[in-house]
Amino acid sequence: MPLDEAAVLSRVNEILAEHNGMEGPLLPILHAIQESFGHVPQAALPVIAQHLTLSRAEVHGVMSFYHDFREQPAGRHVLKLCRAEACQSMGADRMAEHAQRRFGIEWHETTKDGAVTLEPVFCLGLCACAPAAMVDGRLVGRLDEARIDALAEELR
Amino acid sequence: MKIYVPGDAAAKALGADDVARAVVTEAAARGVEVTVVRNGSRGMIWLEPLVEVVTEYGRMGFGPMSVADVPALFGDIEAHPKALGLTEELPWMKRQTRLTFARVGVVDPLSLKDYELHHGLKGLRRAIAMEPAAIVQEVTDSGLRGRGGAGFPTGIKWKTVHDAQAPQKYIVCNADEGDSATFADRMLMEGDPFTLIEGMAIAGLAVGATKGYVYTRSEYPDAVSQMQKAIEVARAGGVLGTSVLGSGRAFDMEVRVGAGAYVCGEETSLLNSLEGKRGVVRAKPPLPALEGFMARPTVVNNVISLASVPVIMDRGAAFYKNFGMGRSHGTMALQIAGNVRFGGLFETAFGLSLGEIVDDIGGGTASGRPVKAVQVGGPLGAWFPRELFDTPFTYEDFAAKGGLIGHAGLTIADDTVDMLKMARFAMEFCAIESCGKCTPCRIGAVRGVETLDRIGGGDASGIPLLTDLCETMKSGSLCALGGFTPYPVMSALTHFPDDFTATHKEAAE
Ligand SMILES: Cc1cc2nc3c(=O)[nH]c(=O)nc-3n(C[C@H](O)[C@H](O)[C@H](O)COP(=O)(O)O)c2cc1C
Ligand code: SF4
Ligand code: FES
Ligand code: FES
Repeated sequence: MPLDEAAVLSRVNEILAEHNGMEGPLLPILHAIQESFGHVPQAALPVIAQHLTLSRAEVHGVMSFYHDFREQPAGRHVLKLCRAEACQSMGADRMAEHAQRRFGIEWHETTKDGAVTLEPVFCLGLCACAPAAMVDGRLVGRLDEARIDALAEELR
Repeated sequence: MKIYVPGDAAAKALGADDVARAVVTEAAARGVEVTVVRNGSRGMIWLEPLVEVVTEYGRMGFGPMSVADVPALFGDIEAHPKALGLTEELPWMKRQTRLTFARVGVVDPLSLKDYELHHGLKGLRRAIAMEPAAIVQEVTDSGLRGRGGAGFPTGIKWKTVHDAQAPQKYIVCNADEGDSATFADRMLMEGDPFTLIEGMAIAGLAVGATKGYVYTRSEYPDAVSQMQKAIEVARAGGVLGTSVLGSGRAFDMEVRVGAGAYVCGEETSLLNSLEGKRGVVRAKPPLPALEGFMARPTVVNNVISLASVPVIMDRGAAFYKNFGMGRSHGTMALQIAGNVRFGGLFETAFGLSLGEIVDDIGGGTASGRPVKAVQVGGPLGAWFPRELFDTPFTYEDFAAKGGLIGHAGLTIADDTVDMLKMARFAMEFCAIESCGKCTPCRIGAVRGVETLDRIGGGDASGIPLLTDLCETMKSGSLCALGGFTPYPVMSALTHFPDDFTATHKEAAE
């Protein structure tokens, strides 16, 4: 469903107002916008730029530098699998392959029904109970194939 | 009845929230009045969720707990199948020297009262009564060095900021903890956030900074919310604000969240990010201590560096300095991770051998297979083979063996690990996370992946190329992302040459 541009702009303006007086407000603003819309809508960029007296290209440049910010909405759920070394030593690569097969998607892709987006992550700080995953902010330790299968049933 | 159920992210990842709910439900069903405290983790991650019941003898531990194990907590607890005995008496706990992590897992993380009952705020009170220069001197005398990786003396950094003249100075806490196998910052922020707040307030008093930022990661949602709550409690309790503990001197702070860029752990990249810019690394000079956040003098310190300051101020520099070995003073929070039987956080004085840490404390691998290699210090740290297990855990000894201790994370891998694959991953990670400022890092890492693929395909002529490439990255990179990626790569090649030959590949298939 395309977002109503006027609604986007009014929410963006609210967010900008909430961040007035902050030192270095751009990342907090982008986080707040992504929190509201699930991504950072294109329409928001010129408004942010004008508010912070930056160019649109500068705002886009900042946004694109960071892996977290999305230009397009993700699926209804985001499944992040840790790919870093400690998790690898406990089979993270196998988990990633299993998840990709089970959901039928590669990294950064979303299932056709829009239910799940798969993202790699480099360490969740759960390295002593690896492999680790995060499902919409919920943490999972000692991930195994059965747990991925259960998630595939659960995430709709 | 008082029951502790850790609220630490690792405990939650292993089901602690369900266990906590089950405790409340079961107690209600039995008509037992129960107080559930969501403490931090004691660090014994293999026992999480580790539930503790307060008894007349002390806190009895039970773990790893599942929901099904909860009802038996209300019966004869000594006969409980998951009973561990008194937590404090467990060998893993008794062998530690918990200075920085003394309260983690013990206190209610958001209770200022509990904090004070466990020696909290004593360091800050002492600092308030001192001249700023004397605080800096005390930290210098303690021998504390940066726990974020580079090991720079904390007191010397503080002195530079103290001596700088400016209308505004800042304390920035580097809580970006992006290294694989590290979680000490996370555990401290979740389990004892007031210690970090106290450390930052002391830093502020010492250098004349009134504003602090904790820059942490979006991958740490629990730590973010815990820090935010703790800051509010500290403000309400007069620890932060216009008059820190009634001293008439101001210090306040806030939490900022990164956006999934590993390089933002590098201090100048972090400052750019905090200012709302691309997290590109800045050339030094100017030092952040002179021109840091908003071009103002700024202390940038790791969480554990700052969180070690309260105990130093409370017990004195000499007390802290007496722990350790050589020029590595005090304690280090080892994070033992990966394929390991007893994984977790173990705080101890510098100087244990790598073998003691891995085989003895860690108990070898979780898989039960032989340990093949241990990566120390995260993705920029070297892989150590068993032959180097006698290396004492100090900054100097690890450097002498072509490695680094970094933030003290250890990834243990068993004999199924393919070191060529790990070398390739190191290059791939560098390519993904490079800030893009210098060619040896940005392009070199991509070439590194290609070269390793060639070697993996059986082309041994790629090996000298890889070695040259690593030399170029080492000498031509502005920061340690490009500059240290050669550590994991070259250590893998040097110590495990068989993994880089075609015969090995065939044998494995
Ligand atoms: C690529 C890269 C990533 C880094 N990541 C971190 C980090 O996550 N946390 C940290 O404290 N230091 C990190 N550092 C080191 C910091 O640049 C800096 O040395 C440290 O914050 C200084 O604090 P300390 O003296 O208390 O260690 C990183 C350095 C590099 C080059
Ligand atoms: S070495 Fe890599 S990460 Fe560091 S400044 Fe250069 S390009 Fe950026
Ligand atoms: S390496 Fe996967 S959680 Fe840290
Ligand atoms: S600094 Fe620009 S390419 Fe090296």
